[in-house]
Amino acid sequence: MPYQVAWTILLLPVISFFVISFILKPLLQDRPRLSGYTAIIAISGSLALSVWTLFAVMASPEHEVAVPGINWLVVDGGLTIQVGLLVDSLTAVMLIVVTLVSLMVQIYSQGYMHGDPGYHRYFAWMSLFTASMLGLVLANNLVFMFVFWELVGLCSYLLIGFWFHKPSAANAAKKAFIVTRLGDFGFLAGILVLYANTGTFDIVELRELALAGVLGGAVLTWAAIGLFAGAVGKSAQFPLHVWLPDAMEGPTPVSALIHAATMVAAGVFLVARMFPLFEHSIQATTTVAIIGGFTAIFAASMGLVANDIKRVMAYSTISQLGYMMLGLATGGVAVGMFHLFNHAFFKALLFLGAGSVNHATGTFDMRLMGGLRRFMPWTFITIVIASLSLAGIWPLSGFWSKDEILITSLESQPVLFYLALITVFMTAFYMFRAVFMTFGGEYRGGAPETHGHHPHESPKVMVLPMAFLAVLAVVSGFWNVGGQFGAFMGHGETHGFIEGLFHPFTQFLPWLSLILAGLGIFLAYAIYSARWLSAEAIGGWFHPLYVMLSRKFWFDELYEGVIVRLALVGGLFRGLQKVDERGVDGAVNGIASGTILAGRGVRRAQTGQLQVYGMVIGLGLLALALFVLLR
Amino acid sequence: MNLLLLMPELVLVAFAIAVVLLDLAVSNKRSLGVISLVGIVISGGVSIALWGGSYPAIFNNMMAVDNFALFFKLLFLGVAFLIILASADYVHRMERFQGEYYAMVLLATLGAMLMAATADLISIYIALELTSISLYALVGFLKDPRSSEASLKYLLLGAISSAVLLYGMALVFGFTGETQLGAIAASIQSASLTSSPALLLGVLLMVAGFGFKIAAVPFQMWVPDVYEGAPTPITGYLSVASKAAGFAVIMRVFFTAFGAPQLSLDWGLIFAVLAVISMTIGNVAAIPQANIKRMMGYSSVAQAGYLMIGLAVMGVSPVTEVLGRSGVIFFLASYALTNIGAFIAIIAISNRVQSDLIADFAGMGKRAPLVALGLSLFLISLIGMPPAAGFMAKVYIFNAAVQHGLIWLVVIAVVNSVISAYYYLRVVRVMWFGEPVSGERVPSTASLRLALTLSALGVLFIGIAPGPVMRLAEIAARMFAF
Repeated sequence: MPYQVAWTILLLPVISFFVISFILKPLLQDRPRLSGYTAIIAISGSLALSVWTLFAVMASPEHEVAVPGINWLVVDGGLTIQVGLLVDSLTAVMLIVVTLVSLMVQIYSQGYMHGDPGYHRYFAWMSLFTASMLGLVLANNLVFMFVFWELVGLCSYLLIGFWFHKPSAANAAKKAFIVTRLGDFGFLAGILVLYANTGTFDIVELRELALAGVLGGAVLTWAAIGLFAGAVGKSAQFPLHVWLPDAMEGPTPVSALIHAATMVAAGVFLVARMFPLFEHSIQATTTVAIIGGFTAIFAASMGLVANDIKRVMAYSTISQLGYMMLGLATGGVAVGMFHLFNHAFFKALLFLGAGSVNHATGTFDMRLMGGLRRFMPWTFITIVIASLSLAGIWPLSGFWSKDEILITSLESQPVLFYLALITVFMTAFYMFRAVFMTFGGEYRGGAPETHGHHPHESPKVMVLPMAFLAVLAVVSGFWNVGGQFGAFMGHGETHGFIEGLFHPFTQFLPWLSLILAGLGIFLAYAIYSARWLSAEAIGGWFHPLYVMLSRKFWFDELYEGVIVRLALVGGLFRGLQKVDERGVDGAVNGIASGTILAGRGVRRAQTGQLQVYGMVIGLGLLALALFVLLR
Repeated sequence: MNLLLLMPELVLVAFAIAVVLLDLAVSNKRSLGVISLVGIVISGGVSIALWGGSYPAIFNNMMAVDNFALFFKLLFLGVAFLIILASADYVHRMERFQGEYYAMVLLATLGAMLMAATADLISIYIALELTSISLYALVGFLKDPRSSEASLKYLLLGAISSAVLLYGMALVFGFTGETQLGAIAASIQSASLTSSPALLLGVLLMVAGFGFKIAAVPFQMWVPDVYEGAPTPITGYLSVASKAAGFAVIMRVFFTAFGAPQLSLDWGLIFAVLAVISMTIGNVAAIPQANIKRMMGYSSVAQAGYLMIGLAVMGVSPVTEVLGRSGVIFFLASYALTNIGAFIAIIAISNRVQSDLIADFAGMGKRAPLVALGLSLFLISLIGMPPAAGFMAKVYIFNAAVQHGLIWLVVIAVVNSVISAYYYLRVVRVMWFGEPVSGERVPSTASLRLALTLSALGVLFIGIAPGPVMRLAEIAARMFAF
């Protein structure tokens, strides 16, 4: 594979962004659809080249394709920053995920965003986001990667706040930006610690230094934890999870692409990318495992009671990202990344399904839906497939990757294993609660303003991408049935497909997780479809628990009320304000007024009189001569 | 002697004469500008062809044809090219002497090119006067009272500083008995004159003489009046080409003739002190200015201050260290593009609204969005913020200073950069958030837009991918023939 292919993957969406924003602009007033076509053509090109890259990487013996870098900044005496790409198996898999989901989402968006006044702005930003995300996975050094890391954050901000005239959307965008920024601070600190101790930003070199044991001890641990802090922010792990549910204010296809399949997975990708650093620090690995395992069950518990379909899925995303972290920490890159790979497809599908439902009913509140199965059969079928996959039902993709995480966590983190096992039950329950509330029973009317209309199936342009993703939600897991994905990622043995397909039934653990998932689905059926049990009654028995979950453990109140209002604004900021007003402002004002006075003074000296000018030159020369000669 | 080595200059002379003669015959004066541009392009092509070779000095070692000289020749030609593009509109107002205007710009450029190449005190002086006299005339070209006053002030103060320079040269010649730069160095070495106070005085007087050209404090008094009164394209030319030529001469003279260790420490310190006061006074005085040309004048004084950090590094570091010189060259390249771009944008606006007051730039974000965008980019570059060229230039030159123990100088320079943000950003704020006086669009001509786009792309290119230009600057800095 010529290395230009890798650069082209990155450049195509960049070009699409510029073409839409600058060149096509005059045409877009009358023909907004052009912007969508441009973006879709560009991303299709990237997808085709990504497939090429994947095969090239598979064919190469080291699973790596060299891409020569460009010296971006070379300063004599040390600092060299290279811009280059690193194309290995990890990158190749991520390229496929990003381009494929992005393509599906953009095709779908043509229907979903139809008639929106910001149509071309939407596609320009989607292109910019895709480009940044591709840059993030392709970057070969941490500085370059950080630039794209921030760019995806910026795009996420712009797209969450896409309908910026809604105050809730504007606030959610701000919240996402600020909360992830906390994690980014750790990421940056980690980069600087690594640079200070090794003198390089290059990812491959850093990994080799960690493998060789040159980089070790407390330095490695702190650097790894710094990087992980960035991942916690981006992947919405506890305790920085609060931004993701609010981010659902953005257009639903945006949630599918950015807040389900790709950007939020960037944190997991970062840990996988720098995995040798984590591997050599037991403290760092344990931190990742604990945060991941805890987040998985913590977020799932909040998903049990949410009534907004997108929020259910947001909590599910946080929970599954926790799974991935747990998988990385206990089983290594292959296990964590495999779940990322499968999750991207079925979770993107779930979001697109939620968007389709919203398209029909005008609301995201599941209490206003119901009975949609009859009106929207395609949406129904695809969502059920995705939900089964997410719940981990054999032989759908989610089963394979979740099973591996359970196996590896049982070996190294037994406590977290039990939490993960409970999460399996919860996941199945909340997903099918959503399915039964949305599609089962009788139609409850949708959004108040659409009362009287019958919901209808979404147009083909939206259904087709969903159908395609549904196929992937079934088959993507087969990649590792014979262990091929693990081998591609660098460890594990391969065996026959049929043998692998039925192997789980010879083990105890897969049975256990299937039974738990089945129980979850059954309980959801019992409560929300057959109504043998009353949801209200159960809510009443466990009232305190219900309140706690539905108030999201009061984390928003804790952060906004206690930490921001009381501790920061009331205490620290007020104190700082005092210092600022009395000390800093005094000094700054003093300097500022001094500067302005000095400026006036100089201006006064500039009399326009030639004699004065000549005299200044003479006196200046004299002063200089005295200074030099008498020194 | 190989006349081919003098081709860039000869081409320019020929075209300058041709333009003056054609002025008598041609009625469409716009074609004169086009002819001048052709001359510049040919001269530039010849210079590029000479790049990289190693040629002997010509005219009895009075002139060098090295990469250093060629780099600056190309820089001056580029600046002249952009200025002539930007003048097309401006000159149109004049009824007479349009041919002379272009010829003078070509001659001033010729002088600047010679300044970068000459290696003998006598030819340096002649080259310097050639530039200066052309510029005296150009400053007064508008023939209104303010322009004439500016021209006269420039002439008189220029004469004073020439006298000071000559005095310094005379002292140096008196003690060393040589005018050729390399020979001066050898003489200083053999007669161990490095700590002679009289020679030091000569050096100091030469600093003062050149200091006038680069507008260093306290030799900057002419700047605001002349910048304000001169035709705006000429102000742009003064702020870039004339300043860069001054720095080129200083680098060659001080590196070649006064490179002896003890002596270089002395002048390194002088430039460090001048850097501090130039930055500080330039930035502080720019703050209360209401006229954008005066503000840019003080800004150029401050920029000279940042540039002199590189000269100070040259002085305190060993001769083999290239970082100080390449720092000055790289900074000059990015500063030239940035400042020319800023003046082109100012011409585009102030020529239409007939005012140089910052207040009258209000609302240009709506009335002339492209020009306002460009000007904002250039001002950001002058502050030294990414992604513009000025950021890389400052990083590079500050890094050089830090590596040679001049941290205190860098701290002062950074504080100064912060102060400067105030007055640069004020213009940006006025343009984008100020209330426009009228809703009328401010149109600009195609040649102005071309010049603006070229410099904006250059500024962004250096800011985002500084590598290639840095390499060129380092090659130029290594290749002193003397």
